[in-house]
Amino acid sequence: MIADVRLDKGRRARSALGLIATAFCSALAAGLLVVLLGYVIIQGWGALNPAFLTQLPRPVGVTGGGVANGIVGSLIIVGIATLMAIPVGILTGLYLAVYGRGLAAELVRFLAEVLSGLPSIAIGLFAYTILVQPFSHFSAFSAAFAFTVLMLPLMIRTSEEAIRGVPTAIREGALALGLPDYEGILHIVLPVARPLIVTGLLLAVARVTGETAPLLFTAFGSQFWEINPGNPMAELSLQIFTYAISPYDDWHRQAWGGALILILAVLVLNVGARLALSRGSRKR
Amino acid sequence: MRLDEAAAPAARRTLSVRERIADRMFRFVLLAATLLFVAIVLGLFAELVHGSWESITTFGLAFVWSSQWNPVTNKFGALPFIYGTVVSSAIAIAVASVVGIAAAIFLAEFAPRFIARPLSFFIELLAAVPSVVFGLWGLFVLAPILSATVDPFFQRTLGFLPLFSGNIYGVGLLTAGLLLALMIVPTVTAITRDLILAVPNELREASIALGATRWETTMRVVVPAARVGIIGACVLALGRALGETIAATMVIGNRPAISASLFAPSYTLSSVIANEFTEATSSIYLSALLELGLLLFIVSIIVNGSARLMMWSMVRRQGRAR
Repeated sequence: MIADVRLDKGRRARSALGLIATAFCSALAAGLLVVLLGYVIIQGWGALNPAFLTQLPRPVGVTGGGVANGIVGSLIIVGIATLMAIPVGILTGLYLAVYGRGLAAELVRFLAEVLSGLPSIAIGLFAYTILVQPFSHFSAFSAAFAFTVLMLPLMIRTSEEAIRGVPTAIREGALALGLPDYEGILHIVLPVARPLIVTGLLLAVARVTGETAPLLFTAFGSQFWEINPGNPMAELSLQIFTYAISPYDDWHRQAWGGALILILAVLVLNVGARLALSRGSRKR
Repeated sequence: MRLDEAAAPAARRTLSVRERIADRMFRFVLLAATLLFVAIVLGLFAELVHGSWESITTFGLAFVWSSQWNPVTNKFGALPFIYGTVVSSAIAIAVASVVGIAAAIFLAEFAPRFIARPLSFFIELLAAVPSVVFGLWGLFVLAPILSATVDPFFQRTLGFLPLFSGNIYGVGLLTAGLLLALMIVPTVTAITRDLILAVPNELREASIALGATRWETTMRVVVPAARVGIIGACVLALGRALGETIAATMVIGNRPAISASLFAPSYTLSSVIANEFTEATSSIYLSALLELGLLLFIVSIIVNGSARLMMWSMVRRQGRAR
């Protein structure tokens, strides 16, 4: 009887083929990162030099110059966005985790889902209509606002999950001490949830660091040093875009150099988020 | 989920008046942040509608099927952009769903841990690569490769189809579609892998016991069990492709024309906004561009909403099965 269920050659071959095909596809997907990184490193390495990192862009047609103002602009814009997103994102996540029952809370969660799937360019349009158009003036602040809106859904979701994930025993401990809700949450629940919240924050920062589309009509870009958030400002990813679609070889070279810096920053943030996550789960 | 949910309320020490007021204020601050968030999302929608109102009232529904886009005569229709968006995203999801699901099957069902972990890590990091870097690579690496090898191959073999005829530019619908595919593969793979891992082991054991191979078990039992969720993952990835701006702008060629050929340059909803928004001089021009943004907004809500619904119904069904 056992012979009846033994595999014939055709079935065995098909199974092996299927396995090979799926293995190939996952190698392809993972290999793509290697290829992409390889190109950026090889092409970008040549553009990296002290001048590239410390100088302003030169006028069109003049070789050399750098993206220093773009790097500083990225830090300023992402920094302002982070400062605005932290309170709103974490407090909203906290509200949903602690008091979030019923239809209203479900609606807030739904809105966060909607927002997380929204094309970033639509969010850029929103920032334009409320912060650029009324003042007839592009500004780094409007870009930071667009980035804040982009960061919020991720931060709200991870904060809510982080706080919900705090073990009941710890919450009961806070209760047993006779603490009021706010003290128990701020001093006992929140510290336990912190590593996961930090993970969400770092992922959100990484996401907007690589974002370009909303900047086109908010930060707009600039050839000069600019640290006033009320003015148009250069930003690294925007510079990469502008340089890449330009017809100049020297700018193409600089676009690769900028891409190398950008991709390193984003990967460091992502790996950092993962480390925070693994530290958080070890603690529990 | 409140602190006192677990314990009996009677066991709790009575709070002082000060503590009670502080509790109220704490709750109020949290509520204020939440309301601010709600206001931002609703404001976003209201602003897009408000900004595109002039265009909506001028062109009406014809905006969606008119293919004229002429800033000089102030005649605006979105059809070329809708076409470019739909076709490039369709190519993207066709390729990404096959590769992404296959990769997820391997990672979840077959790969030993020491292979699955680094591969998953790489694929997840791929999702983090900025779209401008994808665009750069697409423009200077992918497009030349395609126009030198893949495009001529299709033209030789399938050139009798209108899809694969015409001049090869390098940039165009096919290049944009393939680049978008690479960008959304991680989304498909990550979600599908989790869904497959969540399929109860009893199903696998029953199938193996009936004499099926691992492969047959996977394809006939495990994947069908997660089917609805996997379709949801693909729809979610489709939503990302539809809204992707910078990478598409860099490789699609930016020409507002509808052409049967996949090699022809085209334009997407988001890339026309990216390219023309700062050049829009008349208020009706600006309004038309904002209406394109509103279209993107509505499409992304429909697409993402249905994706979430599918994945949610799948999770619920699995929950019941246990």
